[in-house]
Amino acid sequence: MVDLFSMLFKTTGLFHLTPGMIVMWMIGLTLIYLAVSKGYEPLLLLPIGFGILLVNLPLAGLMEPNEGLVWRFYHYGIQWEVIPPLIFLGLGALTDFGPLIANPRLIFLGAGAQAGVYFTFFIAHAMGFDLREAATIGIIGGADGPTTIFLATKLAPQLLGSCAVAAYSYMALVPIIQPPIMRMMTTEAERKIRMKKGRKVKKREKLFFPLVSMFIIILLVPASAPLISMFMLGNLFRESGVVERLNHVAQNDLLNIVTLFLGLPVGATMHADSFLQPKVIFIFVLGLVAFSISTMTGILLAKLMNLFSKSKINPLLGAAGVSAVPMAARVAHKMGQEADKKNYLLMYAMGPNVAGVIGTVIAAGIFLTMLS
Amino acid sequence: MAEDILAPLAGKIIKIHVAPGATVEEDDEVLIIEAMKMETPIFAPCDGTIKALKLKEGDEVEEDDLIAVIE
Repeated sequence: MVDLFSMLFKTTGLFHLTPGMIVMWMIGLTLIYLAVSKGYEPLLLLPIGFGILLVNLPLAGLMEPNEGLVWRFYHYGIQWEVIPPLIFLGLGALTDFGPLIANPRLIFLGAGAQAGVYFTFFIAHAMGFDLREAATIGIIGGADGPTTIFLATKLAPQLLGSCAVAAYSYMALVPIIQPPIMRMMTTEAERKIRMKKGRKVKKREKLFFPLVSMFIIILLVPASAPLISMFMLGNLFRESGVVERLNHVAQNDLLNIVTLFLGLPVGATMHADSFLQPKVIFIFVLGLVAFSISTMTGILLAKLMNLFSKSKINPLLGAAGVSAVPMAARVAHKMGQEADKKNYLLMYAMGPNVAGVIGTVIAAGIFLTMLS
Repeated sequence: MAEDILAPLAGKIIKIHVAPGATVEEDDEVLIIEAMKMETPIFAPCDGTIKALKLKEGDEVEEDDLIAVIE
């Protein structure tokens, strides 16, 4: 009788539970808590947290290759590179390139804020991560979730979970991480700089923008094609004005559906055995370094441009060059309004912000070209 | 001397704090525009009286649309 009960017990998950799994439960529950009560990127951190719980339930087998339910989401959605490009389709439909076209020199700020990505790539490599892992860690500095997932899948799938969580956490923490750096790097007078009004952008320019950028970027960095092509297609839906239904579905229903299938499998890559290693701590630290350096270099580049240009740029806009859309732009705007109530930077900040998205995708494309 | 309040950014007017005839001082919060899911308060450019309100709460604005005139 006792034997029977002990046999029964051994078939339950409880018997196979390890301390590591319980630590992972805590991590998963923390992410769910942050999503629910603090509103930190809930659309992603909530399912990621749940995915972490699921994969750390012994014998459930949801991530069992070829069999598990969540594994199928992971394989057909992420490994097959379907979900991140579809997210970019939706983002393209949501993105207004108007502020960028009106003020093209702000593109440089979006590029300048990618410096953290490369800088961290070298630091991570010097610390002993191999080149592919280092690139994946560096891209966290772009603060772009889908791009991080896209690159991790191709270069270092073993780091996918931790890098994605780092990227999304730092995106959620943009309003906390960036302001002290911005305050340190700018003077009150610089924060008060008001931007000269941009010119009105014509409809035709907005229509040509996705086409022209698609050609230029994919011809120069072919490896960025999966993300850039979908991004620009989504934007073309938006600006063409003739496929309102596709535009609407890309930025609402489809985006919601793929988001739904993104978080869960990403969380489910974080099994205790692969996640609870000292290097995960380094990933989070390096990700934060990457992100902070990107903020700084964006600001420095804006100041540098001011040395040579008559019409001054508010250096806060440089910090908006990290691609967390639209959080980074909002932060720049709020800091500007703190210094001068009647300084409305939001729309100007959207320029470097969307340029930052493109910049991060190009950075990922360059890594892919060099390293795969 | 009349001064116009133009929308500094595109968005939706979600709150107007003043009615025509109200007196405002420079830097008083006059209205709130919501853009990028963020509320942006708009402040009076000068002292004066609100002479005319051209738009109402709930209206969508483009950049540089005339919202009100202060005299």
